[in-house]
Amino acid sequence: MKVRAQIAMVLNLDKCIGCHTCSVTCKQVWTSREGVEYAWFNNVETKPGIGYPKDWENQQKWKGGWKRSRSGKLTPRIGGKLRVLANIFANPDMPQIDDYYEPFTFDYAHLQTAGESKAMPTARPVSLITGKQMEKIEWGPNWEEILGGEFAKRSKDQNFDKVQKDIYGQFEQTFMMYLPRLCEHCLNPACVAACPSGSIYKREEDGIVLVDQDKCRGWRMCVSACPYKKIYYNWQSGKAEKCTFCYPRIEAGEPTVCSETCVGRIRYLGVMLYDADRIEAAASTENEQNLYRAQMDIFLDPSDPAVIAQARLDGVPELWLEAARNSPVYKMAIEWGVAFPLHPEYRTLPMVWYVPPLSPVQAAHEAGHVGWDRALPDVRALRIPVQYLANLLTAGHEAPVVLALQRMMAMRMHMRARTVDNRVETDVLDQVGLTVEQVEEMYKVMALADYEDRFVIPSTHREYAENTFDIKSACGFSFGNGCSSTAGNTGANLFSVKQTSAGHMAPRVEFRHIHTAGKGEV
Amino acid sequence: MTQHLNTLAFGIYPYVAVAIFLLGSLIRFEREQYSWKSGSSQLLRKRQLRWGSNCFHVGILFLMFGHTVGLLTPHEVYGLFITAPQKQMLAIISGGAAGTLCFIGLSLLLHRRLFDDRIRATSSTADIAILALLWLQLVLGLGTLPFSLAHSDGHTMMQLSHWAQHIVTLQTDAAGYLLEVDWIFKAHILLGVTLFVAFPFSRLVHVWSAPLGYVFRPYQLVRRRGAARPVAGEIR
Repeated sequence: MKVRAQIAMVLNLDKCIGCHTCSVTCKQVWTSREGVEYAWFNNVETKPGIGYPKDWENQQKWKGGWKRSRSGKLTPRIGGKLRVLANIFANPDMPQIDDYYEPFTFDYAHLQTAGESKAMPTARPVSLITGKQMEKIEWGPNWEEILGGEFAKRSKDQNFDKVQKDIYGQFEQTFMMYLPRLCEHCLNPACVAACPSGSIYKREEDGIVLVDQDKCRGWRMCVSACPYKKIYYNWQSGKAEKCTFCYPRIEAGEPTVCSETCVGRIRYLGVMLYDADRIEAAASTENEQNLYRAQMDIFLDPSDPAVIAQARLDGVPELWLEAARNSPVYKMAIEWGVAFPLHPEYRTLPMVWYVPPLSPVQAAHEAGHVGWDRALPDVRALRIPVQYLANLLTAGHEAPVVLALQRMMAMRMHMRARTVDNRVETDVLDQVGLTVEQVEEMYKVMALADYEDRFVIPSTHREYAENTFDIKSACGFSFGNGCSSTAGNTGANLFSVKQTSAGHMAPRVEFRHIHTAGKGEV
Repeated sequence: MTQHLNTLAFGIYPYVAVAIFLLGSLIRFEREQYSWKSGSSQLLRKRQLRWGSNCFHVGILFLMFGHTVGLLTPHEVYGLFITAPQKQMLAIISGGAAGTLCFIGLSLLLHRRLFDDRIRATSSTADIAILALLWLQLVLGLGTLPFSLAHSDGHTMMQLSHWAQHIVTLQTDAAGYLLEVDWIFKAHILLGVTLFVAFPFSRLVHVWSAPLGYVFRPYQLVRRRGAARPVAGEIR
């Protein structure tokens, strides 16, 4: 047993209102720069839909994640090491920017500078790549927002596998949910495995997966290998960039920007202890549907004395062990079993987990539309098909998702009975295997979701810190080549290094106008 | 005068070029590693890249290998197996084939870089210049073929390899071997040496980083904060 700790995340989809605050605050902080305008380290998708980039869940097409051979050996789906090198000149499995979207702005200046004309002047879209006018915006980061577009296109969604999807095209039967997505900071990351220059790595202390910007050579294999398509190629710097899990904040004991700013309070951050020696075995589990269970099994009980003893030997600080015992992620994933990994069948053992959403049930059940399963409404009659959620979260295995939905429903029924009718619904709790104490803690953490209950992040520990004397007068956090001494503020440098500044999202080429403002015009 | 210029171009310039090539690469790697990259534009446009890039790279790698082995193998060594005229014919055929492949690829890449809106707008001057230089060099290289075919006795080839071997072994008389050769060989060599000068200032530096070590490393890399080297991974 080798104990390692990771800061993991849970997103409670039951409470996501699809406001995109997470995406916007993330973009402001991390990707409002030339070269990554199209990149959203965090984005929110409306499901069902093909998502961003288009059809990212289709691994037949994009070849993300791992493939298990009949003998049980894992290789990245894009191929073994020699095949990766053979494809290095032109990667056949890489999306083009149009699969994400061509980044654009609008020619706002034209509204002020246009000359006199019969028609109102308009602000035409302008490409942020070429600086030229775009005929038409064809796709965006959230094109399918709230079921936008035809069902025929959205229903290409891979999660409709084994679902009789045609009826969901009817207005009366339609359903939707939001899916906020970010880097999964996997235990078995395919991006790390596919990087020919070895620039991507997982941090031992907190499990955050980062790209060493100096070491990255832009071979682009990580973009293909990541099944979640959460590594982006910065076309300006020629380097791969990805969600950093806001590591400068995590190190200071603060939640990531997306979590901090989430208005629905759906995000949870906590320490998970896992057995690093069993990662390979878990990821190689033969039956895809057992991968969720296999990943659960390598998480360690932070209250187990044997685990604590080994963790101390492996150098996990006391503060982290204490945080692990109070981890909301552990409670939701392991104790209550209501959180699940996203697409465990990719075999990357992702560490950002999701609580499945209940869909409108209360009104329907009161109107007698929902059948009953003993003391609980039948979750299979919920608006969102259970099979769809299972395809998203457990490789299609319905039972764990059904139990999670029942437990969340039981929590509601119990709290309603207790606060409205002043009685305890033991039948309901017995059916889902929860105690009164458990369900009330669930209510506190998941429904009330106080700041302290959502984020249990130990600040970085002295043992983990660099020698601060050595880094005195050093460059702090900066984007691009901001720390370079030779490409300083002089503007001139030998190696044609372009300076990148944060907050730069103006078009590259200044666009000219045929009509300019005449004299006396404002 | 001609002799002086000849010595300057083929006796002294190669050493200046190699010094810039080596020192420049070292300084850039040390001070500006963030700028060390392949500079792929595949994200912006796939079109023409699969054929262009693959043909170009396979061709040029063969040519690089062929030039190194062909020019630097002493006559006494290959003489055990083939005669100089035979070696020249081998070089003409294999180099001609690889050169043609490379020419197709490079022309596609150059066309794409100049005439694709997205690629043109995001290219630096160095990106375009280096492609143009390589293209010109390739044309000169292919242009030597008719000259070589005209004198198939292997004499010119011997002169060229003497020059290269004398340069590499630091003998001062190297430039003399090129006095008599056709202008196209001189032009090809001069531009070739110039490519070494341009190397550290362009995206060509990615050649140094050919990731052959990938084959031997474990799939997973874990780093400890503050530790320069990664800790060995769990998987293979």
